[in-house]
Amino acid sequence: MLKKLCQKMFGRSLWVYHANSGGCNGCDIEVLNVLTPYYDAERFGIKLVGSPRHADVMLCQGPAMRATGQALKRAYDAMPAPKLVFAIGSCACGGGIWFDSYSVLGPVEKVVPVNFYIPGCPPRPEAIIYGVAVALGLVDKKTAPVQFKQIELPIPRYHPGDLRGRDELVVYEKVEKV
Amino acid sequence: MSVLSKLKETIVCLKAGRVTLPYPAQARPVPERFRGRPIFDAAKCTGCGGCANNCPAREILVFDVCQEVRVLQYLGRRCTYCGRCADVCPEKAVTMSHEFENATNAIGDIQQRIELFMSTCQRCGRCFKEPTTLDQLKMKGYRFDDVAHERWVFRSKAYLESEPVVDDIKIEWD
Ligand code: SF4
Ligand code: SF4
Ligand code: SF4
Repeated sequence: MLKKLCQKMFGRSLWVYHANSGGCNGCDIEVLNVLTPYYDAERFGIKLVGSPRHADVMLCQGPAMRATGQALKRAYDAMPAPKLVFAIGSCACGGGIWFDSYSVLGPVEKVVPVNFYIPGCPPRPEAIIYGVAVALGLVDKKTAPVQFKQIELPIPRYHPGDLRGRDELVVYEKVEKV
Repeated sequence: MSVLSKLKETIVCLKAGRVTLPYPAQARPVPERFRGRPIFDAAKCTGCGGCANNCPAREILVFDVCQEVRVLQYLGRRCTYCGRCADVCPEKAVTMSHEFENATNAIGDIQQRIELFMSTCQRCGRCFKEPTTLDQLKMKGYRFDDVAHERWVFRSKAYLESEPVVDDIKIEWD
């Protein structure tokens, strides 16, 4: 649904606004790398603009801090709809290694709604392009949650009181008890 | 002069040729020592919790749902791909893969959850003894991972407070 809507709404050209709300600059440099001729994001019509009022997409870097959270929200509100928000880097996705620091509110999704996440610290320029390609519907996402279970719950508990003598054997009786 | 410099620039550009990588269509191989997403091998993991204790992002949560089942949850959202979990794991159950194409529209997609069966010593109810009393307090019962808020918290903050809880220092002075 979202993918089709994106393809329709953002079919031609994405103008991106680059917002750093307190990251370490690592992700900024990778985003600028994406715009160099080497990776050339302008192939996809992506163009960096200086004001959120001109932008379709906000690229968020760094966690939402106490000092910058409100400014980030104002920049988001200034963008004309329809708008997309990309969280780039582990800071923006989950707060990074400073997630429990006194000055950090948390991931940017605490302040603005996030549409796409690109984890990495910093993510490779390829990973950022991949995220944009996922958003544009050029490629499919490759991740899925992994769950592994060695045993199903509920499992029986061992209680010595449940041992019963039967003939010559000692039998453990209430196996289904949890 | 300026025309000359423009001409020079053109020659430089022509010499360089086309450098743009055809990225999403055709990927360039990653460097040999590149660290991507850590992958947890559930068959090797013994549930020791070493990775959780050493992760700088407090990214791996370990909690016991009952005496026999221990859950290891890798959230993936604030992982810095530092490789410390792979470094400290005694069983080599964590490998840093070369996966970097993790972009997703739902952050839960990167999560890995392992439920391990922990056997119990029938005599003592547990198996290991921590070296110091403080370690024992931190490991058993007093450490608790807040799953609802995806945080790592201590149930007892007694040893973190600046004031000594028991006035043992004063007693010694007296
Ligand atoms: S994700 Fe890593 S590189 Fe990016 S801003 Fe945060 S700490 Fe810096
Ligand atoms: S790579 Fe680093 S941040 Fe990520 S889970 Fe392992 S120890 Fe934690
Ligand atoms: S350090 Fe290795 S064996 Fe221990 S809990 Fe982590 S993954 Fe499992």
